[in-house]
Amino acid sequence: MNQTAKPSAPHLRVMRSQLGRVRGLGAARAGTEHWWAERLTSVALVPLTLWFIYAALHLSGLPRAAVAHWAGNPINTALLVALVLITFRHLQLGLQVVLEDYVHHEGIRTASVLLLRGAAGLLALIGVLAALKLAFTG
Amino acid sequence: MSDGRDAMMVGRSTDGRLVQRPLSPHLQIYKPQISSALSIFHRITGIALSAGALLLVCWLVAAAGGDAAYDGFSGFLRSWFGVLLLFGWTVALWYHFCAGLRHLAWDAGYGFDLPTMHRSGIAVLVGTALLTVLTWIIAIIVW
Repeated sequence: MNQTAKPSAPHLRVMRSQLGRVRGLGAARAGTEHWWAERLTSVALVPLTLWFIYAALHLSGLPRAAVAHWAGNPINTALLVALVLITFRHLQLGLQVVLEDYVHHEGIRTASVLLLRGAAGLLALIGVLAALKLAFTG
Repeated sequence: MSDGRDAMMVGRSTDGRLVQRPLSPHLQIYKPQISSALSIFHRITGIALSAGALLLVCWLVAAAGGDAAYDGFSGFLRSWFGVLLLFGWTVALWYHFCAGLRHLAWDAGYGFDLPTMHRSGIAVLVGTALLTVLTWIIAIIVW
């Protein structure tokens, strides 16, 4: 949109190439994939969250050895790792949209989105490795 | 060159002039309604839950770190501040959970008419309250 257009004569400017229009692509980059990944991860998090609340209530007040024994069950290990990976993917996708909405300076926006991606990836890795260590070594 | 989306942005003012519609509602003239309030709560709880995900990682790291680390972290969660964090976390979680299901229904094309939208919005609030209370009743019983 041309913000400087006079009100009496709206100026229409399209930020898509003809090829992009034919292919149904957006202005740039990967909006559709982002939107779809956010939905897919949210659907996966519905059962995973319910399972985790159940597990957290079950483990509440138990000593560490009992938690390690619980995490050592392969089904719990797998669900725990899936929960961490999908939670951090979902929050990275969601917070990226928040940053894109509110950070107006393009350089700072790009830097913060990349920083978010790095931080989310690193925290997910820490969570997964801690879960695996807990599961395998007790 | 123009396309459908750009054409939709053109409207007429009351005196008949062609104008470009604004891109988004101006908050200072926008009447607060359940739709806009629940929408921003979804975003706020999403941000809060991102901080809550740090608690999950801390819990796993403490559990992998040994008995002393785990007892220390459990003790923190049982302090008044830890319980406050956990309570806020459950409220945000159940809100984001219920409102997220509502969003998924919209994505599938259901529930867009205003009466349904208002009813589902109230259902989200009631569901959040019930699930939070239920979670804490169970938590207190098993504590």
